[in-house]
Amino acid sequence: MIDDLILKEHGLTKKEYKRITDLIKREPNLTELGIFSLMWSEHCSYKSSKVYLKKYPISGKNVIQGPGENAGIIDIGNGLAVVFKIESHNHPSFIEPYQGAATGVGGILRDIFTMGARPIATLDSLRFGPLSVPKNRTVMEGIVSGIAGYGNSIGVPTVGGETYFDESYSLNPLVNVFCLGIVQKDKIFYSRAEGIGNPVLYVGSKTGRDGIHGATMASAEFGEDLEQKRPNVQVGDPFKEKLLLEACLEVMDKNLVLGIQDMGAAGLTCSTTEMAANSGTGIEIDIDLIPQREQGMNPYEIMLSESQERMLIVAQKEKVKQAQAVFAKWDLEAVIIGEVTDTQNLKVKSGGKTVVDLPVSAIVNQCPVYKREAKPPAPSTYRNGLDDMPLPEDYEQVFLHIIKSPDLADKQWIFRQYDHMVQTNTTVLPGADAAVLRIKNTNKALAVTLDGNSLYTYANPRSGGTIAVAEACRNLACVGAAPVGVTNCLNFGNPEKSEIMWQFKEAVQGIAQACRAFQIPVTGGNVSFYNETEGIPIYPTPVLGVVGVIDSIDKTMTPEFKAPGDSILLIGKNKEELGASEYAKQIHSIKNGLPPEIDLTKEKRVQSLCLEAISKKMIKSAHDLSEGGLAQCLTECCLLGEPKTGCRICLEDHIRTDALLFGETQSRILISLEERQKDAFKLLARKRKIPCSVIGKTGGENIFIEHLGKKIIDIPIQKVYSLWKHSLSDFYKIR
Amino acid sequence: MRFGVVVFPGSNCDHDTLHVLKYVFKQEAFFLWHKDHDLKNADCVILPGGFSYGDYLRSGAIARFSPLMQEVKEFALSGGFVLGICNGFQVLLELGLLPGAMLRNKNLKFLCQNVHLRIENTDTPFTNKGKPGQVLNIPIAHFDGNYYIDEPDHDKIKENNQIVLRYSSADGVLTEEDNVNGSSDCIAGLVNENKNVLGMMPHPERASEALLGSQDGHIIFDSIIDYIK
Repeated sequence: MIDDLILKEHGLTKKEYKRITDLIKREPNLTELGIFSLMWSEHCSYKSSKVYLKKYPISGKNVIQGPGENAGIIDIGNGLAVVFKIESHNHPSFIEPYQGAATGVGGILRDIFTMGARPIATLDSLRFGPLSVPKNRTVMEGIVSGIAGYGNSIGVPTVGGETYFDESYSLNPLVNVFCLGIVQKDKIFYSRAEGIGNPVLYVGSKTGRDGIHGATMASAEFGEDLEQKRPNVQVGDPFKEKLLLEACLEVMDKNLVLGIQDMGAAGLTCSTTEMAANSGTGIEIDIDLIPQREQGMNPYEIMLSESQERMLIVAQKEKVKQAQAVFAKWDLEAVIIGEVTDTQNLKVKSGGKTVVDLPVSAIVNQCPVYKREAKPPAPSTYRNGLDDMPLPEDYEQVFLHIIKSPDLADKQWIFRQYDHMVQTNTTVLPGADAAVLRIKNTNKALAVTLDGNSLYTYANPRSGGTIAVAEACRNLACVGAAPVGVTNCLNFGNPEKSEIMWQFKEAVQGIAQACRAFQIPVTGGNVSFYNETEGIPIYPTPVLGVVGVIDSIDKTMTPEFKAPGDSILLIGKNKEELGASEYAKQIHSIKNGLPPEIDLTKEKRVQSLCLEAISKKMIKSAHDLSEGGLAQCLTECCLLGEPKTGCRICLEDHIRTDALLFGETQSRILISLEERQKDAFKLLARKRKIPCSVIGKTGGENIFIEHLGKKIIDIPIQKVYSLWKHSLSDFYKIR
Repeated sequence: MRFGVVVFPGSNCDHDTLHVLKYVFKQEAFFLWHKDHDLKNADCVILPGGFSYGDYLRSGAIARFSPLMQEVKEFALSGGFVLGICNGFQVLLELGLLPGAMLRNKNLKFLCQNVHLRIENTDTPFTNKGKPGQVLNIPIAHFDGNYYIDEPDHDKIKENNQIVLRYSSADGVLTEEDNVNGSSDCIAGLVNENKNVLGMMPHPERASEALLGSQDGHIIFDSIIDYIK
């Protein structure tokens, strides 16, 4: 008998239960209820977000697969396509940082190779609480090692990402993993269960009791009992996944299978029902045939288990033996557990008895869709806040404080734990605006970046969303790439609260608006709600993953200054904007300022100027201005090169010095070029109607900046380098 | 010449190594499957980087028992050329073809970065194109690269000039800081007594194309290609 307590444990409301009984015209048994609870969880069903996600532009001439499959696919020419997606693994990573993050990597890799693509890169967007708190250091160390442990072993390079720190993530760190794969256009596979009577194969790890209710867990707030949730976290086995990866790509390459889906969130339940629903068929399986890790597991546990490294495959009868032989070569067992039927039902048998018999469309397509109340918070206290920020007396001190803050300091402590070079495609290593990967046997390269700013989104969700897209595209422009597709991971609090829903709705609209302006389709992604612990939500954190193409790899650009004596130019206009900036947060402890303005028309013009200059080989470096403003941008341009180069900057703008140095005004790019190209570039900028000014020269041993004739910063680059480089690792020194 | 690149199920630099041999050095190169007993007449066998059998126990500990490794061992002992890169080096140690053992890196973290290597001995089939004391820039990517050798064996390999590569600064000075993983005597690569087997932690296949930033890996590949020719 299903009572209120059971419903509560399954995260279903009474209304939802009523809908279930109406749909199946009877009471479900416990296993059937478990199946509904997983598939109707927020994580799997997108029931609270669906209505808003419809705002995204999802089509375009190069879109091969939009949202709805394991990953999105974009045609990039040469008979090739890129397959990419981003997913969160926030909740498990807080409960068990190493395994939570590791299985996050494992899950997204499977989403990519399920479609026939070889994963060629991953990136991570991470958010932690302040490192001054020991627990946060442990969490970060565990998460970074987990990502490294999985990705390094399987041999997919982790080529970039972003990491930020804020108190709101102390009890809710974020782990968003992006993966990019490459596939021949004629070798793409989908999640399908076609051909009545065709066998259904189970491949990979045995099923255990790990991860039962993982998707449901990810769809609720955490309370004080979160330590007890540890058994809900799965344990990863990257070696097994490597075998699966190679074997699956081989059976797909040899055309031995028809349809394939990984068992990720909601495991066997999700893969069987979705494959059948996608094809309008049914699936019947015998649960006794499923390879099991432990004895005495009941159908409920087996159907709900989220054990890792498992795949479900539908093959033609006559090719099964061949497919099994390939799996055997890779030491994997491929067991026939059932067949495709014409019933449009999922039927599960155990001990000869039917234990589940449900219409797949009810499970997959009939989940209720909610348009939850979305209401802005009480009259805004957000303000531009210049009056609250007195001008600093000592700019050098402020400058050094900012560049060594964990948000802006060098992230080498993180990325040198990742093998970012394996597969020998990474031509621009982590630390630049975007990672660049060559495509072997072509002249092209791919550029990838992740971007999101939760301070901006908190103060103004719509512009937070818009700026994330704009900045990601600007990152791509700085390496010489044009954007072709977007994926996004939307990390928010509890959607049942009206102000959270409002943040979500606004952010999605901001993203949609920017994607339309840039004419780039959103091909999928992931929504992670309920990022709240003990009632405290995270800052709203949309993370955008944008993929771009560089048509000719010799036209790749990098951020660092290349030689002394080059001219430094700033594209765009400096404004007096300090709200929601790192400067406001780090120096004045003000986090409720309004984010900088964004004008998408201007933004696009700035980016196309940068791309044009790169393609005409006029410039030697390009770097986007973002968090930390001009000061941070200059620092990175000076420090990322080898040998490092100083700079001498003279600024003439009649605005506050702190706004000029640390303001995060949008649509600006810093470039360097040879003296002789200066006039040609200025002329080009004028023609394209974009403001641009020569602000100084590269060279010397110092970062030297003056404003209106007054020296404000003059520090040896070695000193800056040492503070910037060791900031993160210093937190891990034995005290 | 013919290069055989061994594929263990967890190898992940096998394709990279084959790629440079075929398309950069224009050599005949092919994979050798770990379950086979056939070296396909290779002149040089390469054990590539990766995590051979998952390496949950100890890097290379299981690979040592794989069917193909029995052939590789015989091949090496009878003078055949064998190059072990990263995980391949770890496997060579487990096979007993080279002395010493690997410990976790001294900072107990995986390390992926470019390092400088000083060539200590150019009188080997793998380094004859280099100049003594020449500094190479080649990346490493490993967790267990902290090479350890006890004193008697250390004396022996020094006496026989078996140390081939040492971690150094850009100008060839040995420092604690540049010895990133904490290896005994800064050793990054060494040969066996007969000098037909080289194990090295850095990845020359990642430093063989201008696009990737360094072409210093050519010294290793060009040397062996020229030596066998």
